[in-house]
Amino acid sequence: MNRASVRASDIKPELDRLRRRGLLRGSLSLGSLALLTGCDLSTHSGVDAALWAMLRFNDRVQAALFSPTRMAETYPASAITNPFRFNAYYPEWQVREVDPADWQLEVSGLVADKTPWSVDKLRALPQEAQITRHICIEGWSQVGQWSGVPLHVFLRRVGADTRARYVAFSCFDGYSTSLDMASALHPQTILALDFEQRPLSPQWGSPLRLRIPIKLGFKSAKNLQSIEVTNTFPGGFWENQGYNWYSGV
Amino acid sequence: MLSKRHANGRVAHAWPIRIMHWVGVYAMSCMILSGWQIYNASPSLPFDFPPWMTLGGWLAGGIAWHISAMWLLFADGLAYLCYGFASGHFRRHLPPPTPAEVIADFGRALRFRLPHRLGRYNAVQRLLYDGVMVVILLAIATGLSIWKPVQLGWLTGLFGGYPVARGIHLAMMGLIVSFVIVHVVLVAIYPRTLMSMVAGLEADPETTP
Repeated sequence: MNRASVRASDIKPELDRLRRRGLLRGSLSLGSLALLTGCDLSTHSGVDAALWAMLRFNDRVQAALFSPTRMAETYPASAITNPFRFNAYYPEWQVREVDPADWQLEVSGLVADKTPWSVDKLRALPQEAQITRHICIEGWSQVGQWSGVPLHVFLRRVGADTRARYVAFSCFDGYSTSLDMASALHPQTILALDFEQRPLSPQWGSPLRLRIPIKLGFKSAKNLQSIEVTNTFPGGFWENQGYNWYSGV
Repeated sequence: MLSKRHANGRVAHAWPIRIMHWVGVYAMSCMILSGWQIYNASPSLPFDFPPWMTLGGWLAGGIAWHISAMWLLFADGLAYLCYGFASGHFRRHLPPPTPAEVIADFGRALRFRLPHRLGRYNAVQRLLYDGVMVVILLAIATGLSIWKPVQLGWLTGLFGGYPVARGIHLAMMGLIVSFVIVHVVLVAIYPRTLMSMVAGLEADPETTP
């Protein structure tokens, strides 16, 4: 825990500034200058509002395309990508560590039992293993092996209201994300304890991470701290900056 | 007045074609420029696109443009296909040429003896226009397959899996851009075709000059 840590809240103003600058630059790029001739170029916010509206429309289309019984392709062990690529919103030397023995998963929101969970208690639940493709929003992909507790097993065990709309995840490295309930209940969505058959190491999300092969990679949050079941839209670290919230694959 | 039409003349490019052409130009430009933005996030070839040539400012902006413009391109393309088949536009003007026709017309083009008649397409033009339609359909199909590799897993499988489908999607972009370059050069050589696609000029007579 003694590593230099950067919380998302610390750098939020900077991120917001970068985001505004990015969208502004986008509106001023060759592409839109050439293509938006005839539009009033002073209405950057109008163009951006339209793009955000399209992202929300796209979320609804994606939810309609989703089938709870369609499975992500699984691979043989020989297909596992080696070496596996590290990815986070910070470089690898900034990975946060906790002692798994001291760590507990907090559960909140629309659940019957809010008792925190230790690693040992999670290991006592039914476990599922998978070798699936992790597809990054940037376009690259890699095949990895994870195992842990199916999220639907966990949610039912804590008496979650599975009619609620969202499941939100907060991480002790300042990251956060959220899922629609249907995707959270998908059989391949797991709370992973192991990567390549060994307990997660810090860079792969120790002690507990989400692994959801039916979403883009940034939804598979590492270093989990708490899970909340809610009807209030929770957003997420990247989602709040403009990554498509649903991001199903 | 949408067109300048003589008493018995035929307009080289009917007004629905002209509208769908320019909507398509806008939609495809957005798709390509935002696609370059997305490509730059993780280049699969040893180069990236200069940021000023891209749309969206950063990855999320590029994706937002890409998945917005795709609906416009989809609507425009669907309208074009319906119109093309229903009106007889494809049957009359764009029947796929035979290899012999292409070779003959390409030979004439190399000897600068291929006449360019407004509203009538030679075999090389038909090959390019039919070809780019197939390429665009493949770009759309591979695009869907890498957008939804689980929900449309059968389509992704058809293209050889996610990484291969992504490569094909990029290659189709390359072919579309190549087409655009050739197309724009030829339009620059025959500027009357640009006038016609904007204002709708009368088609040239059937007879070879």
